[in-house]
Amino acid sequence: MALADSYFARKFGVTEHDLEAYLGEALSQGGDYADLYFEYVATSAITLDEGIVKSASQGVTMGVGIRVISGERTGYAYSDDLAPERIKQAARTAACIASGPSQVLKHGLMEGEKRNLYPVLTPPTEIGLKTKVDLVKRADAAARKYDERIFQVTATYHDQVKQILVATSDGVVNHDTQPMARLNVSVLARQGNELPQSGYSGGGGRVAFDFFLNEKTPEYFAAESGRQAIAMLDSVEAPAGEMTVVLGPGWPGVLLHEAVGHGLEADFNRKGVSAFSGRVGQKVASELCTVVDDGTMHSRRGSLNLDDEGAPTQRNVLIENGILRGYLQDKLSTRLTGAAGTGSGRREGYQSIPMPRMTNTFMLAGESDPADIIRSVPKGIYCVNFAGGQVDITNGNFVFSASESYLIEDGKIGRPVRGATLIGNGPEALKYISMVGNDLKLDEGVGICGKEGQSVPVGVGIPTVKIDRMTVGGTA
Amino acid sequence: MKPLELVQEIVQQALAAGATDAECTIAEGEEFSVSVRVGDIEKLQEAASRSAGLRVLVGQRSGSAYTSDLTPEGISRMVRSAVDNAEVTGEDPFAGLPDAADLGQHTTDLRLFDESIRSLAPAAKIEQARRAEAAFMAYDPRIDKSEGASFDSGISGRYFANSRGFAGGYISSQCSLSAVPVASENGAMERDYWYSSARSPQKLDTPENVGVIAAKRTLRRLGARKVPTQKAAIVFEPRIARQLLSHIGEAVDGDSVYRDSSFLAGKLGERVANESVTIVDDGTIPGLWGTAPFDAEGVPTRRTVIIEKGILKSYLLNTYTARKLGLRTTGNAGRGLSGAAYVQNGNFYLEAGSLTPEEVIRKAGTGLYVTEILGNGVNIVNGDYSCGAQGLWIENGELAYPVSEVTIASTLMEMLNSIDAIGSDLEFLSTMAAPTLMIREMTVSGQ
Repeated sequence: MALADSYFARKFGVTEHDLEAYLGEALSQGGDYADLYFEYVATSAITLDEGIVKSASQGVTMGVGIRVISGERTGYAYSDDLAPERIKQAARTAACIASGPSQVLKHGLMEGEKRNLYPVLTPPTEIGLKTKVDLVKRADAAARKYDERIFQVTATYHDQVKQILVATSDGVVNHDTQPMARLNVSVLARQGNELPQSGYSGGGGRVAFDFFLNEKTPEYFAAESGRQAIAMLDSVEAPAGEMTVVLGPGWPGVLLHEAVGHGLEADFNRKGVSAFSGRVGQKVASELCTVVDDGTMHSRRGSLNLDDEGAPTQRNVLIENGILRGYLQDKLSTRLTGAAGTGSGRREGYQSIPMPRMTNTFMLAGESDPADIIRSVPKGIYCVNFAGGQVDITNGNFVFSASESYLIEDGKIGRPVRGATLIGNGPEALKYISMVGNDLKLDEGVGICGKEGQSVPVGVGIPTVKIDRMTVGGTA
Repeated sequence: MKPLELVQEIVQQALAAGATDAECTIAEGEEFSVSVRVGDIEKLQEAASRSAGLRVLVGQRSGSAYTSDLTPEGISRMVRSAVDNAEVTGEDPFAGLPDAADLGQHTTDLRLFDESIRSLAPAAKIEQARRAEAAFMAYDPRIDKSEGASFDSGISGRYFANSRGFAGGYISSQCSLSAVPVASENGAMERDYWYSSARSPQKLDTPENVGVIAAKRTLRRLGARKVPTQKAAIVFEPRIARQLLSHIGEAVDGDSVYRDSSFLAGKLGERVANESVTIVDDGTIPGLWGTAPFDAEGVPTRRTVIIEKGILKSYLLNTYTARKLGLRTTGNAGRGLSGAAYVQNGNFYLEAGSLTPEEVIRKAGTGLYVTEILGNGVNIVNGDYSCGAQGLWIENGELAYPVSEVTIASTLMEMLNSIDAIGSDLEFLSTMAAPTLMIREMTVSGQ
């Protein structure tokens, strides 16, 4: 993966000599470590609403972020102008965090190893706009045809290609081309004069455009969105109180993201402010649970060839048979604690400082037949779709909001219930998992994770699981 | 080229490239941010940025593009791609710029920018954050960890021009000081935060006050328990009442209304709330966070009564949503850099009542005083509301003990209709503001 092949060498003439000069400037006031993050993002978006393609948009953002670490201190500056003088000026600003003799680069830059988890021959940005417009039109037609009670359809298509180049003062230079595409369909359905109900579906990943022609078509997402809205027309009030909760496979894996994932990010644990701090080696879940965070999966939304600090991503076991195994690390945390890196340093873009983040987080499959799991529940709730969640990592309380759930009565799935929030406590909730299905499924590729104002794409997954006790926030 | 000249120049380029109408926005900003943890600087960030966005109409079709590459090549690429994009969109009879009669801007001083924002040196900002952290660490031995204290400041500029002759720009300043203590007791940890924000450093609360309030908020969470599932009165502190108000803001957003995806769609003139409830949007109040001389389409901001004594009087509208609904824009257009305008509130607030917060709590008798909401289980389409909550249990009209890991649920319609007490403690800490509110009954789900 020669530097000369990188987007920034080809388009902006960035050379190894330049990178060394910028890093030298960044370490001119001392400092233990510095890195450069070049980013160029080209996006396109199309929205269809009320049967009309109402907007089509394209955009470009680019810039370079420069970080200097001195002990526990981080200095950061960025420039949206790639002229050498402007980059040097930003490097000098970031350098101010340190106060000591200027450091020289100890060794030359070595190019990182090459792999490609998302080989996309034709980047989505090079597909003609009319071809993309066809996708949203097909989604609209299919959703309207799904059921006559559907009266509003919005279909959106987004794609982007992100070019990055990372150079570090410990001698690594690495670059990547990161495609991403996503199609969403949301619908509203109404019965008589009642309030409308909504349905939402979408998916994609680091995929080529033909993913939407061959694998997950607009018709697929339209039907799924329609199915949800129509199902909810028949919904009753959600129950309130502690009860048995069965999570369906796939997107309900957001449970893992909120209940344990965030609490295992090394920055919180280094500071001792996570409910999971100091618990490595302890039991934090039922022995049926093994949870991994894997940034190396082919074409997934949360996957990366290298993290945003230039390190290769990995498959990291977070919880093994119920025992907490480790945290998700970024460079600062490994420098300060001596822990081994996990390739989890991520950032929203060149304007942002990296942090430990998740990639694709999921629970390994168990042995139970999903049908047996449902049959084992005399009274409870079966949740198959969620609208997101949140966690307070310090006390460990987390919520996730079910958008499609059903009552379980006498081991059978019953009527759909209105949206309800589920609440639990991270280090406790997974201890109540008593059955794990053999049907691990990953989500369709829509996850966005927010932390300290930075959003990054992520994936989640889970097999069908039975949680013996959890608080459901309905009204009935 | 100065940004105000550049937006007009880009509009001209768009017309020359085949657009029949065009509107261009430039946003620029400088930011400084420092966080201090355990007495030393943890992160310090300083930078400036500038980007442009363009929306064009070719007849009734529209296209958009944006770029942070403001070189002549970057700009002409943006212009070309906006016009190209318009070719693939559909004819929308309602698309278009505002009517000429609606364009304009306030010329009085709205006090959005305070020159003294530049007066505080970085070292003084670091010192303020350090003092805020020291104040909470010294407050109580149970506060034994820190998530730090931060000082952020910035200046942002916004410039807009369209092909109907509007051109305007303004700059605004902001700074804030925040503190995040962590407290422990019996092996359990809690954290909370407090902050102060203002247009200039001189108007910020003292670091000691920010730190001590953050400390008190964190300490009162220690020892929290679950309560049994029940129906109970709910009191929202102002910070949380503001979140409730933001859901009402979404429900009166013209985009949700014309698409019939709001529980308040089609209810103009109807009773939608208890008659003690009056909600106003006002983008003209000097110095506040939702104030601007013009909206994102070049229409002057204004004061609009949304709910008056419980009756729904108006929606929040931009030009497009107003045309869809056969109404007139309320000067509430907002816009990122890309795409058509969306709807954005000005200062959206629920008018203060006459009770002190203590009187509101007393009136509730028994129930939950909510100091934090977790998650966003709110559905604007049908009004369903179910969220995680943390707070203090109210017994005999007094705050008794901390509560966590519960949910509260109802519907927004029922909540609006059962606001039984309104505090006098209205403060404009963000673009949404509400005083302490008491809701007669919601379902608390716990044990």
